[in-house]
Amino acid sequence: MAATTEPVLSIRNLGVAYETSQGPVHAVSDVSFDVGADEVFGIAGESGCGKSTLIRSLLRLLPNNGTMTAERCTYKGRDLMAMSDEAFRSTIQWQEISLVPQSAMASFNPVYRVGDQIIESMRAHRRMGRAEAWERAAGLFDVVGLQADLLRNYPHEFSGGMRQRAMIAMALSLDPGLIIMDEPTTGLDVLVQERILRRIREIRAEIHSAIILITHDIAVIAEMSDRIAIMYGGEIMELAPSVDLFENPHHPYTLGLENAFPSIRNVGKDLISIPGSPPTLVGPVESCPFEPRCPFRIDGCAAANPAVVDVGDGHQVRCLQTGDVARMRTLAREKSTWRS
Amino acid sequence: MAILELERLSRHFEVRPGFVDRVVRRKPSSYIKAVEALNLTVGHNEILGIAGESGCGKSTTCTMVAGLLAPTGGDIRYKGDSVLDLKGAGLMEYRRRVQMIFQDPYESLNPRFRISEIVAEGPTALSLWDGDEIDERVNAMLNAVGLPHHKYADRYPHELSGGERQRVGIASALVMEPEMVIADEPLSMLDVSIRAGILDLFKDMQSQRHFSAIYVSHDLSILGNVADRLMVMYLGQAMEIGPALEVIRNPKHPYTRALIGAVPVPDPRTRRAIPNIRGDISKPIDPPPGCRFAPRCPHADASCGERFMELDTADPHLHQAACHKLDVINDG
Ligand SMILES: Nc1ncnc2c1ncn2[C@@H]1O[C@H](COP(=O)(O)OP(=O)(O)OP(=O)(O)O)[C@@H](O)[C@H]1O
Ligand SMILES: Nc1ncnc2c1ncn2[C@@H]1O[C@H](COP(=O)(O)OP(=O)(O)OP(=O)(O)O)[C@@H](O)[C@H]1O
Ligand SMILES: [Mg+2]
Ligand SMILES: [Mg+2]
Repeated sequence: MAATTEPVLSIRNLGVAYETSQGPVHAVSDVSFDVGADEVFGIAGESGCGKSTLIRSLLRLLPNNGTMTAERCTYKGRDLMAMSDEAFRSTIQWQEISLVPQSAMASFNPVYRVGDQIIESMRAHRRMGRAEAWERAAGLFDVVGLQADLLRNYPHEFSGGMRQRAMIAMALSLDPGLIIMDEPTTGLDVLVQERILRRIREIRAEIHSAIILITHDIAVIAEMSDRIAIMYGGEIMELAPSVDLFENPHHPYTLGLENAFPSIRNVGKDLISIPGSPPTLVGPVESCPFEPRCPFRIDGCAAANPAVVDVGDGHQVRCLQTGDVARMRTLAREKSTWRS
Repeated sequence: MAILELERLSRHFEVRPGFVDRVVRRKPSSYIKAVEALNLTVGHNEILGIAGESGCGKSTTCTMVAGLLAPTGGDIRYKGDSVLDLKGAGLMEYRRRVQMIFQDPYESLNPRFRISEIVAEGPTALSLWDGDEIDERVNAMLNAVGLPHHKYADRYPHELSGGERQRVGIASALVMEPEMVIADEPLSMLDVSIRAGILDLFKDMQSQRHFSAIYVSHDLSILGNVADRLMVMYLGQAMEIGPALEVIRNPKHPYTRALIGAVPVPDPRTRRAIPNIRGDISKPIDPPPGCRFAPRCPHADASCGERFMELDTADPHLHQAACHKLDVINDG
């Protein structure tokens, strides 16, 4: 599903470092991918692996101690790296690239009504009367399954999932070209989630937006994404079309992750988790970040960070052992393989 | 004996119309009936799961049980005594024994405190142990939730990822050695591998000493894994309760059936079944009388709008659904 037309977003060798008292933390390293027009690009990976950092850097929302570097970062051909903060805020942020942040539940200003905040944001970017904006907001509330009367309520009068949905409505409000959603469904039951994801797919088909979807919910990412990137320790370990990733996984981390997917089909069954803890990311990257926890590591893994290998059909893997994948898959299903 | 009993617990919120409507048009207030006549018994050493629609009153129930929000009706009893008129030292003691893990880790951590200070706050305020022991316990707890203290203790909340924050909330609650934990979506931002580790921590606590929990989650497979019993709510009312695996495998109530039918599976080739409910969105403001699921229920008739069935939750083995039409549904 590699995009034939020009990608909406194209990034090469993007890195983010946070300055800390213990030295720089390399939260994101050497990330490269394109998101095609009309594509849903999913990102999954362990807590703390750099997903939110990556997208915060794209939207220039990093905190003061964070710095982003990139060889390339373009939106619809426009070089974002060369753009001033002011130009970025007035032309890209929110109207071209919108965000449902992971902190969506805490993102509304507590002293204003939710509806007012949504229509003010619309009116700040588009010429639109209050009544028209209000009507549009009511339509968006319907999309996310909220009673339109609730537009008059204050954020603290919403449940966690209701605030999250209001934020999704707001991110859809300006028909952006790219919608980034960071854990948009953590507060939603599966029925509401099903409704929203279905409506988002419909809207996307109308307005031709691309989506970057970050979630720990593997079922949601499988359902929504055209391609999926699996991150670990700040890097993309594997990137493939969704079906290919699930049916033909290559990276040992992906194999471990798939073991730990809980499924409603086999509730009560023990899940196999990956022993060990995530890398500290302090200092430069000099080996495969997964090496200390990898049951299939070989001598070369600690010597240098493996290069990305293309195993066919746009399926990329950052691992030295892609040739040995059949054996790794068999072993990865055994609980004993993952004992530390 | 039960450790916690909720008896016809209710919480209504008044939604006042705007000034003009109120004064000129004399429009009456509307009500969000967040929790309605909820009966619930949690046994010693039991983990009771709650699932339900977003906005159905799970967090409201949790904050009432944790003593942070007053009910508008009904009673909450802890070990047989009502907690509603607790004050001063009694309330402090109750809040120590019953710890809440909040749903939103972006709102609930004090941004000016370091992680170690946040986790140490409770034990220090109540002088539970001497300073060194508090430090030791805080560090051990941080390690247990996968936040090695040498790496995280001195950081501030804004320097943490979502899942890392969520684990700080868990550590702050568990370090108090509570008798009961009210966990509101505690693992929603964690990946499966870290989740499994923390669920083990809960189960360890449950097996080592008297420890009960209310565990709210949208993830039914987690609930099937961790909860002994499961209650399903819709718009403030309890729809179904029973042993967790039984409710998941043999749901009775039309809402529970729709909910479980809509759980997606991790497979890009399968499409989720379209749920067998009517599409209208639920209306928390001035909800319909009787069974609140009736307007969306494929089996509802006029009688459903007239009365609602309250569940008897005292027997932990009983699997019940609050529906008059179970016979009809199960035949069809
Ligand atoms: N301001 C900061 N200063 C220092 N370190 C930070 C800062 N913000 C985040 N980090 C660290 O950078 C790493 C990546 O964080 P990020 O929020 O991108 O993770 P994530 O993949 O989104 O995780 P989650 O799934 O838990 O939200 C984490 O280890 C985090 O502790
Ligand atoms: N302070 C308040 N004032 C008015 N209404 C409120 C208030 N707090 C909650 N509500 C309403 O009560 C209902 C229940 O909210 P609650 O937060 O308990 O839901 P929830 O089940 O936790 O949902 P979620 O899964 O989305 O977090 C919602 O309709 C919400 O709008
Ligand atoms: Mg994040
Ligand atoms: Mg809630």
